[in-house]
Amino acid sequence: MAQTINSTSCAALIIGGSAGSLDVLLEIFPGLRNDLNFPIVLVVHRKASNESLLTDLLQSRTQLKVSEAEEKEFLKPGKVFIAPADYHTLIEEDGTISFDYSEKVNYSRPSIDVTFQAAAEVFKEKAVCILLSGSNADGVEGLKSVNNYGGKVVIQNPNTAIMPYMPQQAVLSVKPHVILDSYEMADFINNLNG
Amino acid sequence: MINDAIDNEQVELLLNDVLEIHGYDFLEYSHASIKRRITRLYALDNFVSFAEFRYTVKTDKQYFKRFLEEITVNVTEMFRDPSFYRALRNDVLPVLGTYPFIRIWVAGCSTGEEAYSLAIVLKELNLLGKSLIYATDINPSVLEKAKKGMFPLNYLKQYSENYLQSGGLKDFSTYYTANYSLAKFDETLSSKMIFSTHNLVSDHSFNEFQLILCRNVLIYFDKELQHKVFNLFDGSIENLGYLALGSKESLEFWPKAKEYKRVRLEKIWRKL
Repeated sequence: MAQTINSTSCAALIIGGSAGSLDVLLEIFPGLRNDLNFPIVLVVHRKASNESLLTDLLQSRTQLKVSEAEEKEFLKPGKVFIAPADYHTLIEEDGTISFDYSEKVNYSRPSIDVTFQAAAEVFKEKAVCILLSGSNADGVEGLKSVNNYGGKVVIQNPNTAIMPYMPQQAVLSVKPHVILDSYEMADFINNLNG
Repeated sequence: MINDAIDNEQVELLLNDVLEIHGYDFLEYSHASIKRRITRLYALDNFVSFAEFRYTVKTDKQYFKRFLEEITVNVTEMFRDPSFYRALRNDVLPVLGTYPFIRIWVAGCSTGEEAYSLAIVLKELNLLGKSLIYATDINPSVLEKAKKGMFPLNYLKQYSENYLQSGGLKDFSTYYTANYSLAKFDETLSSKMIFSTHNLVSDHSFNEFQLILCRNVLIYFDKELQHKVFNLFDGSIENLGYLALGSKESLEFWPKAKEYKRVRLEKIWRKL
């Protein structure tokens, strides 16, 4: 019973990061359970050119299937979906992914705000969103939406982030469910329940 | 921007009004994206209530023009995805060059950047003279911009880089003259373009083409509508003609996809 009370219900985990977040992801991924029963969506700011690099890097560190998200693809549990460069990634009510090539948000496409907001609306209290290191404020508005819909806001500890600005801004404007150091994140994720 | 201002039911109401009163059908658009566009516009134009927003969209023709322009996405660039344009230049257009006359449809052309890019490649292959580019969009006001062929000068550095990466042969600046903050493109390019409104949701095929280019338009449609539009394209492409899509779009799940063959690794298919 204690287990059930402790475990946080999660329909989807969205992780957003910018500068300095790759190191964190590389630390998290080897520690993830192979049988996670919810999907993970990664929104990482990066250049449009090195398309498959991030996918390959992360795939080499986990048994979970990592792939770049495809148009209208279902978010399947136990899979990792990477938001493609140069599109905003949205989530539909039926749990499929859709893309949007509209204006950049916070000078970013993909924008973390856009995906956090979409996840908040669709998954409501079962949305879990983690904001990592970065040097702009993308993601902060999205976390506010997650909060409004009753989802879980997780922020990387700004004191140990390579680029503290992004998590710092988040901590200032959103009340997080929890603030974590990078080495604590895999455990946190492993205890989420789909 | 907080998305909570307008809920799903209100989006439905608004889109039903738009269909009934203005004749534009957005009901089969991808919901998340259209909702985001509507919420964005609502916030941008400082409406105080949904009721006021709805009333304005229903009754104010001038405002509806803005609504149409803002809820459809009109972000585009010249030579977007350079490797795609390299494939057009090297693999597709030379094949079309063997025809006496080349008809191309740029569906959802927005402000025209792709149509002008295409015209430049055709020109460099000495094919522009026998080509005609039909550039269509749902939205009359973007077509007005497209006709003028004037693009913000501050984007030209990026476009020039794209052009060179795509295999462009010239100094990109020979194609335009700078005019204050705008680059005005050579009129020999636009002289081979026909601009017209066309709604992929409700309008029919209007000609047969050897190449249809429709990039980053179908991502805004739901699966059923995507398939309807593929059928429309299928009825508008000659045998051995080509269909070109955006980098995240695919024919894959469309029942007739077997009748098309992919060209290299690009999002270009040839009708067999």
